[in-house]
Order: sequence, then structure tokens, then C-alpha cells
Amino acid sequence: MAECHPVGFQWVMEAKERGAKIIHVDPRFTRTSAVADLHVPLRAGTDIAFLGGIVNHILANGHEFREYVKHYTNAATIVSDEFADTEDLGGLFSGWDPESSSYDIETWQYEGMDVYASGGKREEGAIFGESAHGAQGGKLEHGNPPEMDMDLEHPRCVFQLLKRHFSRYTPEKVEEICGVPQATFLEVAEALCSNSGRERTSAFCYAVGWTQHTVGVQYIRTAAIIQLLLGNIGRPGGGIMALRGHASIQGSTDIPTLYNILPGYIPMPHPHAHQTLDDFLEMNSAETGFWGHMDAYTISLLKAWWGETATEDNDWCFDYLPRINGSHSAYQSALDMLDGDLEGYFLLGENPAVGSSNSRLHRLGLANLDWLVVRDFQEIESAAFWYEGPEIESGELVTSEIGTEVFFLPAASHVEKDGSFTNTQRLLQWHHKAVEPPGDCRSELWFMYHLGKRIRAKLAGSTEQRDRAILDLTWDYPTEGAHDDPRAEAVLREISGVELAEDSAVSGYTELKNDGSTACGCWIYSGCYADEVNQTARRKPGSEQSWVAPEWAWAWPANRRIIYNRASADPDGKPWSERKRYVWWDADEGQWTGEDVPDFVADMAPDYVPDEDAKAEQALRGDEPFVMQADGRGWLFVPSGLTDGPFPTHYEPHESPFRNALYEQQANPGREQFARPANAYNPSADSRDGDPGVFPFVVTSYRLTEHHTAGAMSRTVPHLSELQPEMFCEVSPELAAERGLEHGGWATIVTSRAAIEARVLVTERIKPLAVQGRTVHQVGLPYHWGFRGISKGDAANDLFSIVLDPNVHIQEVKAASCDVVSGRRPRGADLPAFVASYRERAGSEESP
Amino acid sequence: MTAAARHPAPAWPESWGEEAEPRVGFFTDTSVCIGCKACEVACKEWNGVPDESDGLSGNSYDNSLDLGANRWRHVAFVEQRVEVGGVGTSAPDSWVEEASRQQLVEQGLPIHDGADGFRWLMSSDVCKHCTEAGCLDACPTGSIFRTEHGTVVVQEDICNGCGYCVTACPFGVLDRRSDDGRVWKCTLCYDRLQDDMEPACAQACPTDSIQFGELEVLRRRAADRVERLHEHGVASARLYGADDDDGVGGFGAFFLLLDEPETYGLPPDPVVPTRHLPEAFAAAAAASAALLAGVAAAFIGRRAR
Amino acid sequence: MSVSGSSGSGDVREAGNIDVSRVQGDAGAGPATGQGTATGVGRDRAGGEQRMVPKGKPRSYYDQPVVKRPVWTWEIPCYFFVGGMAGASAPLAWAAATTGNERLAKRAWGVALAGVAVSPALLISDLGRPERFLNMLRVFKITSPMSVGSWILAANGTLIAPAALAALTRRAPRIFGAAGPLAALAGPGLSTYTAVLVANSAIPVWSEARRTLPFLFAAGSAASAGAAVTLLTPAAAAGPARRLAIAGGVAELVAAQTMERKLGDAARPYESGTPGRLAKAAKAMSAAGAATMAIGRRRRGAVRIGAGLLLAGAACERWAVYKAGFASAADPAYTVGPQRDRLEH
Repeated sequence: MAECHPVGFQWVMEAKERGAKIIHVDPRFTRTSAVADLHVPLRAGTDIAFLGGIVNHILANGHEFREYVKHYTNAATIVSDEFADTEDLGGLFSGWDPESSSYDIETWQYEGMDVYASGGKREEGAIFGESAHGAQGGKLEHGNPPEMDMDLEHPRCVFQLLKRHFSRYTPEKVEEICGVPQATFLEVAEALCSNSGRERTSAFCYAVGWTQHTVGVQYIRTAAIIQLLLGNIGRPGGGIMALRGHASIQGSTDIPTLYNILPGYIPMPHPHAHQTLDDFLEMNSAETGFWGHMDAYTISLLKAWWGETATEDNDWCFDYLPRINGSHSAYQSALDMLDGDLEGYFLLGENPAVGSSNSRLHRLGLANLDWLVVRDFQEIESAAFWYEGPEIESGELVTSEIGTEVFFLPAASHVEKDGSFTNTQRLLQWHHKAVEPPGDCRSELWFMYHLGKRIRAKLAGSTEQRDRAILDLTWDYPTEGAHDDPRAEAVLREISGVELAEDSAVSGYTELKNDGSTACGCWIYSGCYADEVNQTARRKPGSEQSWVAPEWAWAWPANRRIIYNRASADPDGKPWSERKRYVWWDADEGQWTGEDVPDFVADMAPDYVPDEDAKAEQALRGDEPFVMQADGRGWLFVPSGLTDGPFPTHYEPHESPFRNALYEQQANPGREQFARPANAYNPSADSRDGDPGVFPFVVTSYRLTEHHTAGAMSRTVPHLSELQPEMFCEVSPELAAERGLEHGGWATIVTSRAAIEARVLVTERIKPLAVQGRTVHQVGLPYHWGFRGISKGDAANDLFSIVLDPNVHIQEVKAASCDVVSGRRPRGADLPAFVASYRERAGSEESP
Repeated sequence: MTAAARHPAPAWPESWGEEAEPRVGFFTDTSVCIGCKACEVACKEWNGVPDESDGLSGNSYDNSLDLGANRWRHVAFVEQRVEVGGVGTSAPDSWVEEASRQQLVEQGLPIHDGADGFRWLMSSDVCKHCTEAGCLDACPTGSIFRTEHGTVVVQEDICNGCGYCVTACPFGVLDRRSDDGRVWKCTLCYDRLQDDMEPACAQACPTDSIQFGELEVLRRRAADRVERLHEHGVASARLYGADDDDGVGGFGAFFLLLDEPETYGLPPDPVVPTRHLPEAFAAAAAASAALLAGVAAAFIGRRAR
Repeated sequence: MSVSGSSGSGDVREAGNIDVSRVQGDAGAGPATGQGTATGVGRDRAGGEQRMVPKGKPRSYYDQPVVKRPVWTWEIPCYFFVGGMAGASAPLAWAAATTGNERLAKRAWGVALAGVAVSPALLISDLGRPERFLNMLRVFKITSPMSVGSWILAANGTLIAPAALAALTRRAPRIFGAAGPLAALAGPGLSTYTAVLVANSAIPVWSEARRTLPFLFAAGSAASAGAAVTLLTPAAAAGPARRLAIAGGVAELVAAQTMERKLGDAARPYESGTPGRLAKAAKAMSAAGAATMAIGRRRRGAVRIGAGLLLAGAACERWAVYKAGFASAADPAYTVGPQRDRLEH
């Protein structure tokens, strides 16, 4: 965190100053480790084993926060007797379908409950797990699952299933798998347990070191289980902080740049399952909890987009929404480019030729397009691949044979435009334009708005039904300045929501209606323009308000700083402890009150029990804090919404020098694989045909403080480039000795995809680990470098493959296998030949 | 030898009379430095300091090497192995074992040192703005002067690039820009001070490792900080440059270090050359007299002959 | 340590390896070279010095210098030599004139005049901003030997020029002649202040020699002034100059020896490398020059050779001092070692 989020890390340092203990678990020793109380190096890609060990430690020793777990999680819920755990199936859960390489999640459901997964492949006849948004909890008839055992003793209650599932994650196994000595592991587990409970809370912070794995989502799930067991969710000082990869990535999932969700985590409709809005809502909303109002959120969104055209009669223009019929993720798109199935592409502030896994494949893909639009500050590698770069050098690509027409459009920086950033704690912070962008540089908002206007002008008069969605859009923002910049605040107001008859800003999502009388661009952001004031621009200093600082910017939802904060009080509504009091029930006033905006129905008493016909949030009990879940409880067990299991399970990375020491199943069975010559896979330890010994080392990629992501914003800046002027690899003195690597010299790192060269930093910050009775070396690679800029170097991402997490399609670049040799890499045509010789020797997997 | 004799001109703050401001400086607390280098970048951005790169240095994450004309803040990175808790002579097999043996765990884990006594120290170095500044004393043109804030600044419109201050600095702070011919160093953002803004580096520092303020206040804060760290078992914490009795009369920009100064490339006991100047002048006077005597003797010798 | 080459260029393995990033670098660690950059050259030199540093050297930051090496170039040691010679020539000239040795006086004034004429040019040429040389006379600062020296040089120029012109042209002897005794008094200041100039620094080999260095410079000035004037003056009139040269040469040897002995460990730069070679050469030439002149007496050839050797010896000694400063600055052990000793004893 100090390494990649130094500004946010000031609060960690402040916490430390107040006595907080900082534990850093990371394969490499970073700037964070330098100031942490304890650094725990572990083998990259084994965090579920480590975290699972903590879960086991908690449960085996009775360290769970019993009252919290009983009342606020689904620990007591009894699961269908058809469910079978990895314990019984060699690392698979019940419902595995080898044919489709996916799970039928029917057996994962709560006992006696109607099966109801979120949309997706339902139309295909079976209910397969699908990572989904919206109400993914299934449909609960009366706010509670039918069967529970509040003593947590029933053999099929979630608590007992959890205990059994993680029972094999012993300290011995943690040591064997992660290379973390048992004593060190126990130190961490004990520190966490002793700092959690009524009086104390602990927080997890993670970044892409956890997410970028084929089991990335389940990493976070394991942490969520720990935090629920220890009572660290919804309470001050607790939680799980997702540190984002760059500015406003949180914002770009809230109002998504993702293909499979609409603003506010409303899923994208699918072609067959969602013929009508009612079908869509039926499948994706819940009768209980706040997703019970999905109709109001969705209809308000459609009203924001299609205005007066959207009426009840035409299903609020629901048909105008595109439908998705498969993966359209960035990686799938790159593969489609390579296959010639994609003609054109927009790259807005993204540099896949450096920043995406198997960046070489991306460059080859870009070279196979008809046209490409790149908007960035600099002519980045992704805009210049056609005349410069490794493939041009090796002769694999020839400029005159590349048909891609590249349009490079310079972009305005954040100080050259108004707008908001949404940070990891869901805080929307407004930034004002300080200077006019130079020359032809324009903001993204300008680009999109004027592109839309030009498209609409071209389509004007069209009678084609397919063009209606574009022609009927509300595309009329006020503009200002010499370049007709759309007013960003007008967009924010539309996002926040408007009562249409009065044309007045709504105060929040509870005011949104399902009758077309309100419009709202993103229901979770509703209220950020309440009282016609840009609430995100508030900058009242922390010293002039309460410690929660509610008047600094604006947090979604409803300016809540901690979500699910009902959990900071006990079931009776009293704070768990005075020290950790946050939100509580004021019986005299008949209101929830406290330091923050209560995340609960304001006047719902703790002893409230819903009627039989209660709906939405009114269908949850007064002691069920997780108001977005259909059962109002935090999920230790996930009956639906995940593709790869209701419990996290340790699987080895897709490319691993080690066998899975816990199960027969080696790697995540649901991982998305794309074996092909340009995306060949190193044989893993379980390979029957290949020789995993050719790639004996573990390689992981990461960032440095001095550079930003794929380098467009830092390798082009002299004052940053001088601080980290060259691509390097970090190796232990032991590996350096083994492979004859010279400090300051060159090393070549090889996988089945590519070979790159890097200067060698021999450092004790990288430690060899003892795993499964042998020593494993890890190679650390910053991923910032590419072939352009002031500071240039080979791209680490050339080495990694496209193999994805099945839930969110994220790439595995934090753990793979590799070989390292001393010296520089071959040049020209020798380079592909060199890599091919490795593939041949290893027997790499080049086809499905 | 008194200060007045060393500095015949009225010293700050008298030199500024009513315009004198309280003396300000930096307290750089390296125990909370995370090595982000924001200070280096902010300094360069604000002051328009050119970039300068020799490529990858191999010195841990330090590729900017040292202070100089083109680097007024410099973050040092020290990778080292220390004995855990000072017990035992070799690194223990497991830090945790060692820690439990020493009952460190019960006391709360110390700010330490990695699992096996390994630690990574970071420290942002800067001009010390000495009370007795060798550079200022040495400057023959009066280009280097003491501001109303008690800081030491090179006036770029006066400096003729004689380079004398370069060797007069016991810390190796100043240097001459080859393309420009003048000497440059930290001004403690003199321009920002005049507008009541804190220096760029201090403002950019995310962890308050660099603290700007009135020197007296900073000194008290630093003393408290060292005490706190000692209470928490960080025995290696010490102040560097916070003592008026040191060889430069105390630093205007002082440090809290976690190891000996030389580990960070700082001189352990710097002395301003000016303190020895009377000795040198006396020796020169004696040598001059001897030279005259020698000349005289050359003639006397002839007459005697 | 730095490694040459920007990204992607040059195979560094050939340029040399870098010390593994440990703080307590052992003495055997190979230094890196930094070819083609100013700092690189300095560090190269640091590497060169490293071999001399004894085991158990104090800790440092990647063996990087603590103090900066001088930015001065060749003009400065030249000036030390030329200015020193001029400064010693002035009293020689005045004494000769006073004793009626006009032939000697004229030539000695000539040497002094040439010296003070060349000196400012050398100094201005060394400035980073030569056009601002007059800023030197903007203030007078007793704490700055360079300021004091600027005024000394200015005073010497102001005094030597009229005195010398009067002596050489035989015009206005009374007006300009009044400058003579003042020039004679001021001259030695010009010869010795340069020692104070370098001694007033953070460079150990200079600053630790602050009590002896003025004597070394005074002796070298005497030797060079005597030798230069001897070369120019007919033997019959050159006696005092010759004696001054011999005495100066001997004194220079004694002063150098004394300085190095008193410096102790800090004198190591005088023992090897460029400054070591220069120092050895200086001693050898001064000794040989003084001996040749003493033994050769009135044999013209021998005197010339001896004078030449003394001049070269004095020049070499100044170069040795100048270069020793660079070597001393380059190795942090010289800076840190004595300071650490001071703290611990």
C-alpha cells in the first residue's frame, strides 16, 4: 500500500502512530514492509491457503465473534442435503459439469428454498453459476431462509460446513503450501483474533496482488469470511479495503466501463432470458432487501437515458438496451481481434500493448484491426505498435502489411477538466478545471458528447428501428467555453436523479419511483446532487467536523461512510462496545442514530419482525444488517452469484511448479483458458505431457511508487523517469548465485509466450521460500515498462498468459512460472525462435 | 573564539532587524518515511530543477544518488541486516522464535526489522540550513545569504560560479550546474515562505516524514518523538542536527534517524570549516612572515659572505 | 555507485558490476564505472581510491562521497603556483632594489608583474559565470578566504603593477616606487592565502592540513620565485634569488613531510594514485633541484637545471595538493573515519 498508494498510506501511518499493528503479507518486501510491524513473505498465488488457515485457526480455537456470527451471518442457515463439499469430491463442489467446465449451482442452495440464481444462462436450460450483480441471493419468501439452527450445531448449517471445509487448512499445510513458517503464520492469526471482537476491530487492505489470479474473487471471499467471523464488517476500524489500480476505478465499476453491468450494478440483460423488463426484474431483483426496489432503479435509469420517449407503454424503452450473449471482456476482445472478428476498437486511457496480460498478443491483435482510436496524453505503445516495438524488431509484424488505421486523439488531464473521482471507500470527490487543456486535448466528456452528437447527426432522419436507441437518447447537456465542453455538473445532476414533474434534484435513492416520475443515472449515486448542490465538491476540513467527516465530499450510498453499519450495534441496537460505538438505536426517539448515516430503515426497531406480505427492505428483520442481501445476513456461504464455488478453495495458479497439496484438483476448475500458439501455457506441476521443470521459478508482477500502470503518465515524465530509469527484475542472492545473475547486469526471463530482458537487482528483499520440501525462488517484475517514452524497457506483461478468473474475467499476472537466464535476450528473428525452443522443450500447451 | 568574531557582520536575526521572522526549518522523521520520493518530485516541479539520470544505479531503489545542483531533496534507501533485539550474534532462524524468546511479542511487535533482522531504511535528505553555514561563510560574492526566516539561500542573480561553497559544505549539499555555471541548492522554498506556504516537499510528503515549521517547535516535537520511539522499543532512534552545540551550531533542517548518520551518507560529526579559519589565517600569517624572513635571509646571507 | 548507459544501450556486464546493495560494503567489492558522465568520473576515481582504504573502514552509503569534490579545473592549481610565485617575487624584488641589485630587482618585479597579470585571467576562466567576476569585489568577507584572497590579489595587482612599471621603465620612481615596500609586504599574503583557501573546506586532506599547508605554499612560492628569477638573472646578480630558491626547495620538502606526517590516515591520497605520483615527483624534483643549485653554484647549466627542477617541483606540489583534495573528497572513509573517531574518543 505504501508502494502503490502512498497518499492513502498516510492513514495507515497515522493508525500505527496510535498503536495499530501493521502486518504485511506479500511475496516481496516493499516500502510497506519497511514500516510494517511484521512482513510475511509467501509464495505468490497461495493466499487462499494462508487466509484459509486463519479461518481454520478462528474456528478450531473458538475465536469467532459468536453473537455477531449467529445473528449477522448466514452461519445458522442450513444448506441443501444435496450439497457436497470439496472434502468429499477431491477439490470440487457438487454440481460440476466437466462438459461445460462450469457448475450447476442447484445443490448449493439453502434447504427448502426456491432456487433462484441471477440471470445469465438460465435460458440454456440449466442453472449455472454466474458471477452476477443485482440481487444475487435468490428469492426468499419471508425474509428468512426456511431452516436455521441458531446453536450452529446442525451438520449442514453453514457454520459446520465452513468448519469442515477449512479443517484441512492447518498451520502445517500453510507452511507446506505458502512457505510461511508455522510460527509466523500463528503470529498473524493470533494478532488478528486478539485484535477483533467487541472492543477491537481489524481491517484488511488489498490491491491487485489479490485480485489478479484465476481465483481472484475467492481471495477476497476468504477475507470476507474472516472479517464476518471476527465481526469486523460494518464497524469502525473494520472492513476490507479494496485499493484500486488507478484513480476512479471504483467509479468505473459503479458507472461501469464493464460490458456486463449497467450503472449501479444492475446487470446487463441477456437476449433470451430478458424479453421484457418484467422478466428482467423478476430474475434479477429480490423480494427482500433493498434490491426489492430494482424496478424503481432500473426505470429511473431508463428515464434518464430516454426521457420522455420512455413510457410504461413501451416498457420504458427496455428494448433499447443492448443484450449480451457471451463474454465481451477486454481479453475476449483481444482474442477476437486476433481472429479477425473485431473491426474497430476504442482505447481511452488504456495501454494494453504494455498493461494487459500477454501484451504481445494484444499488439498482434491491434495490428489485425481495421481501425483503432487511441485517446491518451502521449502516443503510447498501443498507438505506435505498427511502426515500433518488439514484433517490428523481430520481423513478426511488418509496418507496410498492417492494415490498422490508428486515430490518435490527445486527451485532457484531470486538472484540465471538471469531474469527479470515486475512490475505494466510495467517496465521490469533485475536481475543478484549473487550466484549459493545451492544443487539441479534450476531456473524455467532450469526446463522448460530441461523438454522440455527430453520430446522431449522421443518423438524423433514419427510420431504422435499430437507430431509435441513439436518436431518442437525452443528449442535450448545456455546454460552455470555447470548445463547447458539456457541463460536468449537469451530468452529475442527471446521475444523482431528478423528480421530473418539478425538475428538482432528488435527495436519494429512497425517493426513486417505478412509475416513471423520476430519472436517475445511477441509483447508488442518488443524492450526490441533493438540494441542487454538488455534494461531491464539499471540502470542509476534518478538523471542523466530526471524526467521520460527513461533509468532506460525498459517499455512496446516501453519504454513508461505512456500509452495513447496523452491524456496529448488537441485535438489540446497542453498540457492541462504547469504544467502537458507531450507529445505534435511540429507543426514545424511535430512530437509528450515531456518527454516520445509519445503513438501515431509519425507524425500524431492532425487534421488528416483518409481516408475511412485507416487501423489499420491510421484509427484513430489525436485527438483519446486510440490507442488500435477500436474507439480510453476511454470507459465509454463497449459494449463488459465484461460478467457482460457494466456499473459497485453495487452487494452485494456472502455471505452478507445485502440485496442489490440499486436493486432487490442481487449479481452479472454472478458470477461463485460451490455449493457442500466441497464448501457450507453461506446463504446470500436474502436467502429464509437459515438463514443468523447464519453468522452475515463480514470477510475479507488480508496481513501483515511481511509475503509474503501463507508464504513459510516468515514463514520459522526466522527473519520474529519472527515479526509476530502467526495467529491472528483483531476485534473491540465492537465485542470483544459482543462475549466475550479476547485480546490475542483465537477465532474460522466459515463459511460453515471450522472453524479456531486465537489469538485475539482487536483493535480500526477495527471499527464497521452503515449499513442499524444496526451495522455490520468486522473480519480481515491475510491469510499467514498454518500448516508448523517456524510460524504456521490455514489458513484463509479455510474459504472462491470458488465463482468467471465471467470475470477473481478470487475468492471472500475480503468479506464473518462468525461467531466468543471465544476459540479454536474443534480438531480431532469434527471439521468437528462442521462445519456441522453450515451448518445445517444455511441451507447452498451444491448443485447447 | 566567539560567534561575533566569526561573524563580524550582525548575525541573523539582528541582520534583519524588524523584518526578521521566526527561524523555520524541517524536521525529517525518517521513522515514518515510506520512500515515495514525492518530496524529490515536488521539489523539482516547484523549483524547476532539471532532471538528471545516470540510469539504474543498483543502490536499492535509489537512482538519484545524492544531493546536488539538480537534486535538492534526495531519498536514501538502505537495505541492511541488523541483530534482532540485540541478542545473539547471528541472525535467528525465525524471527518469531527470536521475538518470543525475547518476549517482544508480549510487548507488542517493535517497529522492526523484518522477519530476520532485515530492514529497509529510507530517509529524505536536504540542505541543513546550518546555524553556522560553511557555504554562506565561504561565499565571496555575498550571493549566499541568510533570509529573514533564518534559512540559507543562494541568490542566482549574484552567484558567479566560483564553486567555493561546494567544498565548504560538510554535507556535500551544493554543486555547480555544468551547463549553467552557477551553484544551486535548496532554498527551503523561499518564494513560498514569502506567501505563507510551506515548502513543496513538506506539503507533498504523505506521511509527515517531512515536517515544516518553526525550528523551536520542531525541536520539541522531535524530542517527544524520540522519547516515544524509545518507549516503544526503537532504541536506534536518535536525532541528528538538533543540537546547538554541534559543529555547525545546529541544523535548520534536522533529522530523526534509525541508524548512524554515515549509514545514510551523512557525516557523523560535521564541523563548519569556518571554525578552523582563525588557525589557518594565523598559520598563513606565520608562513608569510617566514617567507619575508627567508627573503631577507637570502640577502643577509650574501652580505655575510 | 553508478552504472553507465541509459536504458537499452550498452552491455553493462562489460562496464563492470555493481556492489551488491548492502550498506556495509566490503573492501573487495568491485566499483562500477560511470563513463562519460561528470559524476561517473568522480565515482570512478572513488573506486580507484578504494584499494587504499584499510579494512574495517567506516560505514558509508554505497561508498558514495559525503562531501562534494571541488568543481575547480586546471586553472586553480596553476593560479596557486603563479600567484604564489608572484607573491614571493615582490619582496625579493623590493629587497634587491633596496640593496641596490637593480638587475635582480628588475627581473623579480617582472616575474611578480607577470604573475599578478596572469592570475586574474586564470581565476576568471575558472568561474562558472566569468562575466560576473567583478562580483568578487562586491563584498569583503573575513570568513571567506576567497573574498579575502580576491582583495589580496587586487591589492597585489594594484601595488605590484606600479612598482614593477616604475622599476622596469624607470619612470616616476617616486610615485610608483612608493608602492614597492607595500607590495613587498603584501606579496607573501598572496603566496599563502591560497593555502587558507583550500584549508577552509570540508575536504579532510585540505582542512586537516590547515596549520602546515600555508608553510608548504610559502616554501613553494619562495622556491619558485627564487628559481624563476634565477633563471632570468645573470648569475652574478642572482645570488639572493638562488639562495631563496634553494632554501625554499628545502623548506618545501620539510613542510610536505611535516604535513603528511601530521595528517596521518588522512594523508593517504598523497601515497598513491595521481596525487601520490605528483607528490612523489614534486619531492624528487624539489630535492634534486635544490641540490643541483646548491652544488652547481655558479655553473650556469647546473643552475638552470636546478631552477627548472625547483619550478617543476613547486608546480607539482600544488597539483598534488589540488588532486589530493579530489581523492580525499571521493572516499567517504576520509570524511567519516576521523569524525567517527572524534565522537567515540
